[in-house]
Amino acid sequence: MTYFPEEVVEHIFDFLSSHRDRNIVSTVCKAWYRVERLSRRSVFVGNCYAVRPGRVMARFPGTKCLSVKGKPHFADFNLVPHDWGGFALPWIEAAARGCPGLEELRLKRMVVSDESLELLARSFPNFKALVLVSCEGFSTDGLAAIATHCRGLRELDLQENEVEDHGRQWLSCFPDSCTSLESLNFACLKGEVNAGALERLVARCVNLRSLKLNRAISVESLARILVRTPHLVELGTGSFTVEHRAEAYQRLIHAFRKCKSLKSLSGFWDVAPRCLQSIYSICPNLTVLNLSYAPAIQGADLVKLIRHCFKLQKLWVLDCIGDKGLAVVASTCKELQELRVFPSDIYGTGTAAVTEEGLVAISSGCSKLNSLLYFCHQMTNAALITVAKNCPHFTRFRLCILDPGKPDPDTNQPLDEGFGAIVRSCNDLRRLSLSGLLTDTVFLYIGEYAARLEMLSIAFAGDSDKGMVYVLNGCKNLRKLEIRDSPFGDAALLENVGKYETMRSLWMSSCDVTLGGCKALAAKMPRLNVEVINDRVESDEMEENPSDMHKVEKMYVYRTLAGARNDAPEFVDIL
Amino acid sequence: MEDLDNLKATELTLGLPGIDAPEKPSPASATGSNKRSNEECCLPAAKKQVVGWPPVRSYRMNSIRVRKMEAEDSTGIYVKVGMDGAPYLRKVDLRVYKDYKELMEALNDMFKCFSLGGAEGHEESGYAITYEDKDGDWMLVGDVPWEMFISSCKRMRIMKGSEARGLSSST
Repeated sequence: MTYFPEEVVEHIFDFLSSHRDRNIVSTVCKAWYRVERLSRRSVFVGNCYAVRPGRVMARFPGTKCLSVKGKPHFADFNLVPHDWGGFALPWIEAAARGCPGLEELRLKRMVVSDESLELLARSFPNFKALVLVSCEGFSTDGLAAIATHCRGLRELDLQENEVEDHGRQWLSCFPDSCTSLESLNFACLKGEVNAGALERLVARCVNLRSLKLNRAISVESLARILVRTPHLVELGTGSFTVEHRAEAYQRLIHAFRKCKSLKSLSGFWDVAPRCLQSIYSICPNLTVLNLSYAPAIQGADLVKLIRHCFKLQKLWVLDCIGDKGLAVVASTCKELQELRVFPSDIYGTGTAAVTEEGLVAISSGCSKLNSLLYFCHQMTNAALITVAKNCPHFTRFRLCILDPGKPDPDTNQPLDEGFGAIVRSCNDLRRLSLSGLLTDTVFLYIGEYAARLEMLSIAFAGDSDKGMVYVLNGCKNLRKLEIRDSPFGDAALLENVGKYETMRSLWMSSCDVTLGGCKALAAKMPRLNVEVINDRVESDEMEENPSDMHKVEKMYVYRTLAGARNDAPEFVDIL
Repeated sequence: MEDLDNLKATELTLGLPGIDAPEKPSPASATGSNKRSNEECCLPAAKKQVVGWPPVRSYRMNSIRVRKMEAEDSTGIYVKVGMDGAPYLRKVDLRVYKDYKELMEALNDMFKCFSLGGAEGHEESGYAITYEDKDGDWMLVGDVPWEMFISSCKRMRIMKGSEARGLSSST
């Protein structure tokens, strides 16, 4: 059914930027499938075990940008055992064989070995960008290989990875001929780097726009760097430890004044509150500010700083900003779209840092707010209802009340009505995380109103299987469901088994699902992998054949074309 | 027992009759030999910790922990040390030593010119090493765990002779 020559169809497909659109057009007819697969340049694999790497490369030989995600989201919180899987090597090997023209690789929550980085460095002559988020398994040796062999590298972005420090020489491996870097982020590295090599590197990379330094970089070095990179747009400052009377501090202020393009700031790990004055000149231009790693800055100093930041669109802070500080944000940052408030005192009883008051203040001042991550000590239904009314544009709403299962402190009621208001009001909601005391009712609301919801995180919530069933039957766009410590069992799991083939994955831990239930699911749905993840401690003591009545501690279910994976460790059973 | 039951029945609560207060969830079982879980053992015993809660990325959690430990380590604990008969006092940083033995060796070194005497056992040479604690009491060094000692010690005094005899312990 092609009335147009293939080149025209291909040209039309060029206008389709989203993966989903391209996936859909490829199912129209064989001709379109062929045109689409040969012209696709950017491939996104949301679950590395959903498909074999070789198959991806075979279908899309022209891949230039590859994105792969590995471990389930709850791995971020230590709920997935360390060697569960998610290895990057098979993907890099397959790309090396099938798509040598690869230019960009983005990996999230994967195990990346030095060996795979070395293979990457040698296999792709046009390689331009490496982005690793929440990965582990590599050291600075792997980075040295990238620096040495990737001529023309534009981007090296390491976000919150666990990297083993094998010395500071990796940065010196960028050859003198390397002038192409536009973005360099090594903020998560714990070890020192060769400051001289870094300064020379940034000086010769004239297109450098984003630079995020690690904690080991001194303020003296930072000042020298900034003098050479006046066109920087994003800066991660390193430790920022300096005496405000020191000469280095003065030089820093001068350097900052020259950087007229800075729009994004982060870092500040050890900054003394007094030294924040050095960035006041930049604040009016800032659109992104991340102070979430700076516990030394308390509420009053934060507030002084934020009063200068009236163009801010994205703000990440610690909860020591307090409700009053958030009120200042609300009155100053009218362009705010994303707010994240992280907990600063996780273990101590501490003082209640932020409560529902701060959130209500934000919602009344920042009408453009669409993305929220908020850790607080308490929340009320009334507050959530107000927030829902003030901010109907939320696409991401994640609320974490630190005390699991805590009710509305004013009424002692569950927070069903509050979250219900959120899902009713925010028609574009794609991601939701719940907390506090919640009954099945909140899931009734979610199933009914959250039509666009794609990802739902549930913890310590619900009364019965009905809760989970409301969600599975109601949210037609649901892709990822992750549940922990909630009373959902086999009946809920098996109520709508077809649903799981329309989703990327389901995670359930510390729920009431039994081994028998998991087996039943696996038997009914052969195109799902049902993984039962056993705790090491338990599995040593467990008998050869645990009973079907045995409750499963952790279960991970995902659709897959690849069948059971062959790299599962012994504590994972794939049913 | 019966009285207690009756008391509960007449207790005023905000909830409807028959509804108990929501129970706190019990901590999930350990994650086994998770590489990152070795930090769990440092948590204060007082607060019941639930695994993986609050949902903060382990990278961020680790960086908070490291900061807390650094904050505690970085400030030196300098205390004055005086010795009976010595013309001037000294100052020591208690953070530098990891146990009593190291401290004793250091003090011996510091004060030997004032004839503190043999390296072995202060009681043989008739000295006792004492410290003033937070309450202002003079205590014999060595009775309490090291960590507790360095957090409560305000200053030290090396007592000699007859005064010491009464305090010397037979450690």
